[in-house]
Formats: sequence, C-alpha cells, structure tokens
Amino acid sequence: MSLNIIVLAKQVPDTRNVGKDAMKADGTINRAALPAIFNPEDLNALEQALKLKETYPGSKVTILTMGPARAAEIIREGMFRGADGGIVLSDRAFAGSDTLATSYALSAAVRKIGDFDIIIGGRQAIDGDTAQVGPQIAEKLGIPQITYAEDIISADNGEVIVKRRIESGVETIKAKLPLVVTVNGSAAECRPRNARAVQKYKYAAVPSEVAADEAKKEFIKSRPYLEIGEWNAASVDADLNQCGLAGSPTKVKSIENVVFTAKEARRIENNDEELETLIKDLIANHTIG
Amino acid sequence: MANFYNDNDSLKHHLQHPMMAKIVELKERNFADADKYDYAPQNFEDAMDSYDRVLEIVGDICANVVAENAEDVDHEGPVVIDGHVKYASGTQRNLDATRKAGLMGMSMPRRLGGLNFPITPYIMAADIVSRADAGFENLWGLQDCAETIYEFADEEQKKKYIPRVCQGETMSMDLTEPDAGSDLQSVMLKATKKEDGTYVLNGVKRFITNGDSDIHLVLARSEEGSKDGRGLSMFIYDKRNGGVTVRRIENKMGIKGSPTCELVYKDAPAELVGSTRLGLIKYVMALMNGARLGIAAQSVGISEASYREALDYAKDRKQFGKPIIEFPAVAEILSTMKAKLDASRSLLYACSRFVDMYKIYDDIAKERPLTIEEKKEQKQYSRLADAFTPLAKGMTSEYCNQNTYDCIQIHGGSGFMKDYTCERLYRDARITSIYEGTTQLQVVAAIRHVTTGTYLNKIREFEAMEVHPEDEAVKNSLIFMTQQYADAVQAVNGVDDTKYHDFMARRLVEMAGNIIMGYLLLEDTQRNASFRKSLNVYVKYGQAEVAKHASFIGNFRPEEIKNYLFEENA
Repeated sequence: MSLNIIVLAKQVPDTRNVGKDAMKADGTINRAALPAIFNPEDLNALEQALKLKETYPGSKVTILTMGPARAAEIIREGMFRGADGGIVLSDRAFAGSDTLATSYALSAAVRKIGDFDIIIGGRQAIDGDTAQVGPQIAEKLGIPQITYAEDIISADNGEVIVKRRIESGVETIKAKLPLVVTVNGSAAECRPRNARAVQKYKYAAVPSEVAADEAKKEFIKSRPYLEIGEWNAASVDADLNQCGLAGSPTKVKSIENVVFTAKEARRIENNDEELETLIKDLIANHTIG
Repeated sequence: MANFYNDNDSLKHHLQHPMMAKIVELKERNFADADKYDYAPQNFEDAMDSYDRVLEIVGDICANVVAENAEDVDHEGPVVIDGHVKYASGTQRNLDATRKAGLMGMSMPRRLGGLNFPITPYIMAADIVSRADAGFENLWGLQDCAETIYEFADEEQKKKYIPRVCQGETMSMDLTEPDAGSDLQSVMLKATKKEDGTYVLNGVKRFITNGDSDIHLVLARSEEGSKDGRGLSMFIYDKRNGGVTVRRIENKMGIKGSPTCELVYKDAPAELVGSTRLGLIKYVMALMNGARLGIAAQSVGISEASYREALDYAKDRKQFGKPIIEFPAVAEILSTMKAKLDASRSLLYACSRFVDMYKIYDDIAKERPLTIEEKKEQKQYSRLADAFTPLAKGMTSEYCNQNTYDCIQIHGGSGFMKDYTCERLYRDARITSIYEGTTQLQVVAAIRHVTTGTYLNKIREFEAMEVHPEDEAVKNSLIFMTQQYADAVQAVNGVDDTKYHDFMARRLVEMAGNIIMGYLLLEDTQRNASFRKSLNVYVKYGQAEVAKHASFIGNFRPEEIKNYLFEENA
C-alpha cells in the first residue's frame, strides 16, 4: 500500500555553530550571523519518511514548511535527498507566530493538502526547543500522535508500529493512521543527497523566487516537478485572528543572556549521609524541589 | 559541515580547465539527452554545475562518513564467513552512503542508468574518496570495471550488468594468480566451453581486490594447450550464479578495509566478453589503463591527506618555544610535500582529460564515422593517454609514498605511534607503487614514449606557452632541463645494449616526468596564482632531480652495468 506522507520541516539558524556575534545586544538572535539550515531533527523525520517510501513503493513525500520564500531552500534540500516536492507556507500575516499560531497555520495547510496518511516532523527545532508544534497539529486535526519516535517500523493496513525513545529505554507501540509522529534526534541520520535528484531538482523553486526571470519561469512551467508550492494565509483559508502575533498568546517580556559558569567542584562519597546532605543543599538552593 | 571537495580549491581549479568545454560538449553529444532525461544537463554551464554539486555530495560523504569510519575499518577489517566476505561495519556504512547518494556508475551513459560523467569529474571523486580512506576507494573505484563491459561486451550484457553497477553492485577484476602476477601471460584459470556455448571456470585466483564482488571480470585460459597471452579470454562471472568461494583474505600491511581474496572457482558459470583470445592483449590492457588512472587518483588523495595531517601537526606542535613549522628544516619538508602533491594532481587531471578525449571519440565512432579532423584528434589523445597514464601512475604513487614518509617525519616520535592518522596513511600508501603494475612496469610502459618522442613533443608544445613575466625564470629553468633530458635520451640511445637501456629507462622517464609536471604547474599558475609557490618549489626540486640523472647518465660507462647485474656463477 502506498502512503501520502507529509514531512514538517523548519529552516532554522544554525545554533550549533554559534560565534561571538550570534546574539544581538537586545538578546535576540542575530540571524544574519548564523547560516540557515534544515532543522536537524526534521532531517531525522525526513529519513523516516524516505524509508517508508522505499518500503511502500508509490508513496509520496511532501515537505511542508512555514517561513519566508527562501525557506524553499530546505524543500530543495529535501528533494535532493528523495522527497517528491513541497510547499512553503508564507505570509506576512504569519510573522511573530508562537507555537500555537504556527500549529494553526500548518494544520490549515495540512487540511488543504487533504489526502494524507502520516505527518512526520522532528521532535523540536533548535531555535525554540519547545517540541510543541507537532503535538498541537495532531490536536487541531483530531488525530493520534506519537512523540520521541526513533523508528517507524511499519505502516500497513491502517496501522503504524513505532519504536519510541522513553526515559527508561524504548517502547514499541501501535497506532491508527492517519497520525502525527515526531522523531527524536537519536533516530537514524538522514541519507545524503542523491546525485540524480540533485541534477533533476536543482532548478526547483517557488514562484516568487523566479518571478523576475522569464526564462526560468518558462523552464519550470515545462517541467512541473520543478515547481515548489507557495501558499499564503488566504490559500489555506486561515482565520487571520489565529495567525501571527494576533494568534499568539505567548508574549516575550524580556530576554536575558544566561552564561553558565563552572563553580567549585564538590566530591560526594557514595553513602547515605553524604547523599542526604547533597539533596538538602540542592533543595535549599532551589535546584530541585 | 566538513566537506572534502569544498575545502580544496585545487579540485575546482582542475575541474574548470579550459579543455572541459570540449570534453563536456562531446560527452553530451551537444546535450542531446536534455529532454530525454530529467537529470541531464541543458548546456555546458549546467553540466559543470552538476559536476560541482555531485562532487559536493562526494565531499560531504567522504568528510563525514568515510573519513570518520576509516580508523575503525583499519582495525576491524573484513572477514570470511562460509566462503564469502563480510566487510567491516564501517565499510558497509560507507557503501550504503555512496549507494544512496547514487555515486555508482558515474561515467556510464544514462540509458544504462549512469550519470554520464566524463572521466575527469569521476577521477576527482576518486581523489576525494582516497583522501578519506584509500582502502574504501578500492571498493568504490572498482565501478570502473563497468567501463570495460561498456567498451567490449555485447549489448545484451551491457543491459544486464551495467544498470546493476549503477544501482550499487560492486565489481572486481580477477586477474592475478599464484604464478601470474606482473606476468599475466601465465594465467592458468581454465575456461571450458560447454555444448550450449556457455563457459565454466575452474581454478584459483589470488590477491583479488574485493574478490567477493557481485560482478567479476575474469581473465581465463579458454584455448586449451596454449601457453601465452593469446590463449586468454575475458569472462563475466555473476555472483548470483554461484561457483566461486573465497578461501581466505590476505592479512595486509595497509588498505586493510579492502578485502584481498584468494578465490576458488568450481565449475563457475561465466559469459564470454567480446572475442576469445583478446582477453589479455586487448581487454585487460584497457582495463589496466583505467585502473592505473584510478591508482594515480588514489595516490593523490593519500598525498592530500598526508600533507594536511603534516601541516596541521607542524602548526600545532611547539618545540623550543615555537611551532615547529617555523623551523626552515620543517618548512622545507612541508613545502616540498605540497609541491609534489600539486604536481601530482596536475599530472593526474592532464592525463584524465586525455583519457576523456580519446574514450569519447571511441564511443562516438560506434555511433557514426568520425571526421578526418576528429580521427586525428582521437589518435593524438589516445597516444597522449597511453604516454601519460603510466607516467601519472608511476610518479604520483612514488610521491604519495614520499609524502606519507615525510608526514611521519613531521610528527616525530608521535608519528611512529599508532595514535596518529599518519601511520595508517604510510601503510596505505605503500601498495600504490606496487599494484596495477609496479613503478618498474610503469617505466616499461612509459619508456616507449621517451624513445618515440611523445613526451618531448608535448614538452615542446608547452614551451610555446606565454607566461607571466614573474614566471619567465622558472620557464627558462624548464627549458634548460629539457635540453639536459634531450641530451640524456640521445646519449642512452647511442649505446647499443638492451640491458643498458632497461637500466637507464627509469631515469629518463623520471626526467620527462619532472619537466612535464613543472610545465603543468606553470600552466596552472597562469590561470591561478595560488599555484606559484608550488611551481617554484617543484621546479627547484625537479631541476636538481634532472641534473642528478643527467650526471649519472653522463658519468656512466656502459660496461659498468656489470657491477649491478646478478649472474649465476659470477
């Protein structure tokens, strides 16, 4: 049986390679100083989708991302690795979205896509670390969700079997399709770009990227697989009150720079007395409790 | 992210050589595939962009997968289980990554599932892979056996086997036997024709790289009673049919991830490639030429890795209060390593472009008659490829050995320990000047072009090159070296003694190599000033080498050869 798979992906600043000028004076991220990359756990999610596509021939992998037109870069990246295409959800009305507004917009786009069996996303994005968007989309669509997935073992006869990472080990669970799966960073790494796919899709673009280039527009028109979808709030019938800042209950009051500094080390002997002292100290300084 | 292509500007420099325009246009038959295949280029720029992007994938996998696995693979190595090879786990991961990235069958035509890349970008990928892990290059690089199937097998065989290679099945060339190493005419593996016209193979092969591959090219004796090369034919053995088992894997000094197998053939079914009796004299010669270019790429890759290891260490290691790179004795070693590396790479790609040109013309000749002009070029490039392949294999593999030796020297005592990469590079390098024909055999293949003047003619062409005023002095040195070379050739040819000729051959070939590599660097410097330092260092070095050989030949009385030869009862 073939599957329609949606992969949720986000273009994020590469916070793993932070230099001195990564933060502005006001504590916000200096996006210009950080390269924009495919959110790492979304790549783990893409790998799960591509693996399903291999297992179930005829399956289709569509990448959905919200962001500016240049987020088409990560859709191309996904196509280079085996995805069939994608959609950039882009509108000024989405600016300033918190996780609730983001999941609203994305779930509206998923509804518009309509026909899907499984939505796979990374556990969380490295710029926000909330891990909320995937689960919220499942809630909004009223479908089951599996978080912390490490391996989607099968997706047959309306059911998935998923191995997920939990605190004390792994568990393997079964759930009904359609559903949302969020994938943990401990899952298999994403496969590399493919030489044929890179050559095939290198000119893929969203319409606004090629708006000024007639020759490119014509070329893409003659090869429909090169067209990356570009949707806005209106095309997904979004209620503007639930989008962007208006739809975001999260308000940032202030941002402070927290610098972790190592203090004096203490050695604790492995006996009840010393452990009890440690626990009391930790409760006293509010580290725990 | 680390990337072994993007971090190496010299690769891009060679990829953008002016000759590529013609190579690509011919290879793509004026871009006739553009509307037939969704991954075919529209024009020259598009094709070059595709090579660049695909090499970027190679650079990514090599830096982040293959190089990362190299040490474990070196320790773990392959094993034999029930007559078949199990690769080291890292090797398996490397293969999986290159397969998923679609990096197999790179030079095969699209209609057979390949990428239709010219040899030059393919060799560049081999250069990058070898920098990451020379042993893995052997497995990955054996895809160029498909070239032999493409050139000599019938259409049915091409359609049967080449798409499988493009999908990632591995290959091997089963040539060597216990009593047939350098001397392949002595191959004994028996091919027996059955009544239905098919063949079965019986016997033993030894030292077979990746001997448990999916698709083997096998050299076997089809003509009963024959004794020499004319009784040998080439066969394809398909592992799916069974009949060949791995008796053991050699315990080698280096390239330990690459299984070197002893194979036993028991009524193994096989298909004849091309005509009988042409196995060695035509097909293996073609196969070997391709493989030699591959070893030259492997040598350059190892040289690259050793130079980088040495440079990093020399910048980092402090003695007597400063980094050791600041000591002239150390700096000289490093700059000479770099010069040999750059010279090797220039020779490698000059050679690969010649190979590209004649192979593409050979291929076009199967589709339509070549014009007189094209035929002339085909002949010219075929000759140049024939002259440059042994030169490239010989020189780059010797330099690669010297560079890994020097890399350890830079590391001092630490380099002798197992803790640093340099010791693996040193072990991996050692085979490059031995397999696919020892350096001594490359000299045998190259000396013909000393005698007939192929090298000298090419050098004279280089002399016509207009150079930047800054490089005039270097060019004059090269002109002087050429005179010394021409004089030495004349002196040697003036002596009527075959043994003396054989004895002097390596000196003449090396002299030609020094001059040609000097000119190639001079040419590179005209396009890209970053080569100037290596040009100056290399020509200074080459000048001394040429003078040394000239002096040896000039001071040598032919009868002195008796001091070197070993004779029974002497």
